[in-house]
This record gives sequence, C-alpha cells and structure tokens, in this order.
Amino acid sequence: MSLPAIEVSDLSKRYVIEHESRHDNLRDQLHHTARKLWRRARWGTGFEREEFWALRDVSFSIQPGEVVGIIGRNGAGKSTLLKILSRITEPTSGKVAIRGRVASLLEVGTGFHPDLTGRENVFLNGAILGMSRAEIRAKFDEIVAFAEVERFLDTPVKRYSSGMYVRLAFAVAAHLEPEILIVDEVLAVGDASFQKKCLGKLQDVTRREGRTVLFVSHNLSVVSGLCARSLWLHQGQIAGLGPTNEVIGNYYQSGAQRLGEVVLAADDPKAGNERARLRSVRVLSEGNVTTEVRMDREVVVEYDFDLLTEADTATSSIHLHDKQGVWVLCSGPKPTRLAPGRHRHAVTFPARFLNDGLYTIGVAVVTNGNRIEFLKPEVIGFNVNEEARSLGEYTGIINGCIRPELPWTTRPLASP
Amino acid sequence: MDSAASPSTVPSIVLEAGRASSHYWRDLWRYRELAGFLAWRDVKVRYKQASLGIAWAILQPAVQTVLLTFVFGKLAKMPDGGVPYPLIVMCGLLPWQLFTAAFNGAGGSLVGNSHLISKVYFPRLIVPISALAVALVDFGIMLAIAVPVVFFFGIVPGWQVLFLPVFVLLALVIAFGAGLWISALTVRFRDFRFITPFILQIGMFVSPVGYRTDFLPNWREWLALNPLAGVVDGVRWSLLGGQTPLHYPALVISVAAGLVLLLSGVWYFRRVERQFADII
Repeated sequence: MSLPAIEVSDLSKRYVIEHESRHDNLRDQLHHTARKLWRRARWGTGFEREEFWALRDVSFSIQPGEVVGIIGRNGAGKSTLLKILSRITEPTSGKVAIRGRVASLLEVGTGFHPDLTGRENVFLNGAILGMSRAEIRAKFDEIVAFAEVERFLDTPVKRYSSGMYVRLAFAVAAHLEPEILIVDEVLAVGDASFQKKCLGKLQDVTRREGRTVLFVSHNLSVVSGLCARSLWLHQGQIAGLGPTNEVIGNYYQSGAQRLGEVVLAADDPKAGNERARLRSVRVLSEGNVTTEVRMDREVVVEYDFDLLTEADTATSSIHLHDKQGVWVLCSGPKPTRLAPGRHRHAVTFPARFLNDGLYTIGVAVVTNGNRIEFLKPEVIGFNVNEEARSLGEYTGIINGCIRPELPWTTRPLASP
Repeated sequence: MDSAASPSTVPSIVLEAGRASSHYWRDLWRYRELAGFLAWRDVKVRYKQASLGIAWAILQPAVQTVLLTFVFGKLAKMPDGGVPYPLIVMCGLLPWQLFTAAFNGAGGSLVGNSHLISKVYFPRLIVPISALAVALVDFGIMLAIAVPVVFFFGIVPGWQVLFLPVFVLLALVIAFGAGLWISALTVRFRDFRFITPFILQIGMFVSPVGYRTDFLPNWREWLALNPLAGVVDGVRWSLLGGQTPLHYPALVISVAAGLVLLLSGVWYFRRVERQFADII
C-alpha cells in the first residue's frame, strides 16, 4: 500500500473565548488590559478565559484515491478540520502530513468580483484557487462550456442569475487538477440539474482520475452516494470512521436521533416559524421506531407539528431524496381546515416500493394553499435493506430511485 | 495514477503548530501570479466603477497641484529658487501620491480581502504586495502626464532621471514596511484604520511636498527626520535635472527608516499572520 495522501495525528485546535467579549478596538483593549492588571494585582487572577476545542485529538489517514465524507452536526469541527487541511488556519497541536497538491473549495466563487465579467472572473478565481495563468488559459474553453455561460462571458457577473453565477464558479473549481480536493458544502446551491452535473464531475474526478477527495455535506444521501468511507465528527472528536452506510446509520441512531426518531429543537429556524413548527419525526417499520427497514415491509413516516395560528387551510408534505441526492418525490395529505394545535401526519410507503440504500426525508408545512411555512430538509433518514435474492436472480446493483413491484405479464409465444 | 505512482515527485507538506513557515518563501514565489491578478482586479474594478475612469487618476493630483501652488507659492510666498512653482509642487506630489496609495492600499489590504483570507490559503504577504502594484500603476499614469509638463516649463531632465527608480523603490519600501504594520494591526484592532488617514494628513505637511527644504535652513534638519523627506527631495531632484538639491542626511534617514520598517514589518506580519483567519 502506498503512503497515505493525508495523515492526521492527534490534531487539536483550540479557540480561546475571553469572557468580556472581544476587543476589536484599541481603546477597549487598553481598558481591558488595565482592568486585567488591576484584577491580577488585587486577586491574583486575570479574566477567565474559556477554552473551546473545535478539534480534540483527531487522528485518521486517507489513502490516495479515496473519497471520504465528513459528517456531523453544526459546530462538530468539520469546517475547522477542513480549514486546517487547507492551511487557512494552524492547528494548536498535532500534526498533519499531506502528500500531493491540495485544492480546497470551501465556498463557491471565492473572490468573484461582481463588477468583473465572467471571463475576467474565471482568471481571477482560478488564480485564487492556485492555478497558473497558463493552466487557466488551457482550460478556459472547457470551463466555459461546462458552465454553459458562453453568451454571457463579457457580461459583469453581477448581472448573472444566481444559477449562472454558481455554475461558472463551480466550473472553475471543477477544473482544478490537484491530487487532493477538499470540498465543503458547495453543492447546497444551484439548481438540481446542475447539482447533478457537479456530482457527476466529482465522481469522474474521483473514479476515473483517481484523486483523493474530502467531502463535507449536510446532504447525507449525497455523501452516501459519493463516498465509500466517512468520518463522523462529534464535538471535535471522531465518533465514527468506516464504511459510509455504517457511519451514517450510527449517526442517525446517535443522541437525539436515536432509533429513528428526531425531536426538533424549539428554536430551529429551519423547522418552523411563528405560525407553524415541526416537533418530532419518526420512521416506523412493523410498529417499531427504527432506521433500518426491510424492502419487503411497509415503512411509515410519522411526524408531529404545531399549528400556531389560524389558517384557512393547512397541510404538510414530505420530501424524499435518495442516496444520489435525487429528489424522488413529494407527497402530502389534501389541505384541510386545521385548528391551531398539535397535529400528527403519517404516510405509508408500501412494501417493495423503494430501492435499497439510504433515503432522507424533509418535512414542510404549507398553509393557505401556497404559503410554505418551513421546509426542514433531511430531518431524518432510513436505510432500506434488501433481503437475500433468491437463486437464479440477477445479483448486481439494481439502479433507480425506486424499485416498485409492477404487474408484469409474460407468456410464451408459439414460434412461427 | 502517475501522481500516486511516483511519491518522490509529489509535493508533500507537514502542518504543525508554529511550523507554517517551512515553505513560506517558496510559496510566496509560487503565488506571485496571484499578486498580479489581485492588482489587476483592483485597477480594473476601479476604472470600471468610475465612469470618468482614468480621468480621476489625473484630476485629483492636478487640482492638488494648483491648490498647493496657490497656498505655498502665492499666499505663503515660499522661495522657488528660480524653478516654476507648479513644478516644485507637482514633483513633490508624485512621490507623495505614490506613498499615499501604497501605504493606504497595503494598510487596508488584509481587511479588504478578508473574504479571501478566511476561505483560501496563500501566503498572506501577497495581499499587501498586490496593493503596491496598484499604487505603481497609478504612479505610472501620473508620471506619464507629469513629464510633458516638465518639458512644457522648459526644463529638460538630465542624467539625474536615471535615479528615479531608486527613489520610487525607496518610497515603496517605506510604504510597504509601514503598511505591513498597519495591515496586521488592523486585523486585530480595527481602529488602526483611522490611524492611516491621520498619518497621511500630518505627513502631507511635514514632507516637503509643497515647498523646497533647501530654503529653510533652520527647519531642514528637523524635516529630514521624516523618512519621506529624502524621497520627495530625491524625486524632485531627479525629475528637474538637479535644479533642486539632494539632501544627503535626509536620504540616509530615508534608507535606514525604510529598511527598519520593512524588516520589522515583515517580522511582525509573519508573526501574527497565522492567526489572521481565526480573528479576521
């Protein structure tokens, strides 16, 4: 086995939060220093400094050509890890060895200037991402074709639609040729078809060109479609590292998300507003709350929400995504007049309807026909497991977002 | 993959606390094109946003020349020693504007590019360096306009003009050194932003921009303590064919101050650079 592309040992990053806020201006700093000296003289102590370990003793290694997903909640240390690997910030202790040129994409369109044209921004952004002028020139046509913005090359990007902007920005990044690519949540933007194109490009990059990729996303189904192995960070430490489906399964079963039930925080801005709020979501199979379901059994998705206001009509809907990030379907009950208060909606997926693998569910509440109160994406996930196929059946991967059992007819025809 | 097959050719780095410096100067060289691109962006954007475009680069110094000629030449009746007063002012403004643009630009460059610093790696020195390039472009434009004016007043620059690049370099070194201090301090303490205009306002008058120092014998030695005095005298000397003298003590101070500022500025910048992304 060759040397690891990335080798992280006992990596820690500490941020110091000084109680008494930050001192962005000199006067405050002088004042603060004076008070600190005074306190020290009187009581022998300075201000309390709270230490916050964004990462604590993290060790792992990644082989060349591996595609590794990084998952975890907000504040788990994902971004800090990427920033250290990208050399934007320094570790407090520990060591990272990186073998290969690194390009990191922590944001789409870093350094894009609204007043410059598309053409100019390609060069600027390319240079910022570490490409040489000659490299950019060589790839220019390819980048423009990928972004599908040929006609607007000489228009300032401030006049671009957000879709065009993202396409151009991603196109530049997609044509970097590093050995190691670090990608943070950049696919959260852009329209679905372009997202798919980007994912395709990323897959090309990783499979055909054998590059090492570190990929952070909140879209767990995308992570599971793209990454063979995943790293789960929890409060700055590694909570899981291994095959993606295993790690994601454990992630769903951990903490508040234990056993296929999610109870939402009352202040989650994505899970509600002052008019409606999602309380909890469960996945049930054969009457039990679970994240592992069998393909030959029904799956029930059930959720409780509070309607906090009078509405003419109200309803809810679920948004199902598969492991490739494909939006499989939306479904919800017919809108009716609902009284303010708590409501429980449930939907049953028939047995032999979904394909195997990971699915994620988002939940929305809609009032008065068209008013979307909130859409909480990927609030819960579950894994569909296929039973052993019987002898003589096809044994390969069966593609598709769904795999419903359809009424087939077969009959032999008499030979002429 | 070829990259994986030959580990000896694969660049490898080790990241450790306090070891950011290992490849710093090599990286700085590798990222030199980025400095050019950032400067090109700033120049381009400036002239795109302003509909008068390049006219602004000329208008401001032209108005300043007229104003200072009036104040120092006509009102204060400072001696001109036989040199047309507008030329004294114009040749003083040239290096002063260069210094102002470079110092201002470098000083505000980190905070101005904070979105880059928190998202991408590159040696942070690239940012203030690119500000120098922008200042140099502006200087070039002004110089191209100033030279015909010198001829217009009947003065033909002599061999002294060959020393112009030396004085330009000196102005840049002083501006860069001071700018590095301000830029790094501004990241930590935002109020250093207000110090820059303050320094520039005072500097405008204690530098011999609007007057000749050789006619102020009592003040000359005091004014020479300002590192820019030697530079301003020097540019005037080189552009006006030696019609105004050099002041050697001032020059020595300029060079010494420039080197001290540069070295200490780079030292301080490098020392705090690795925290920029955490606090910017």
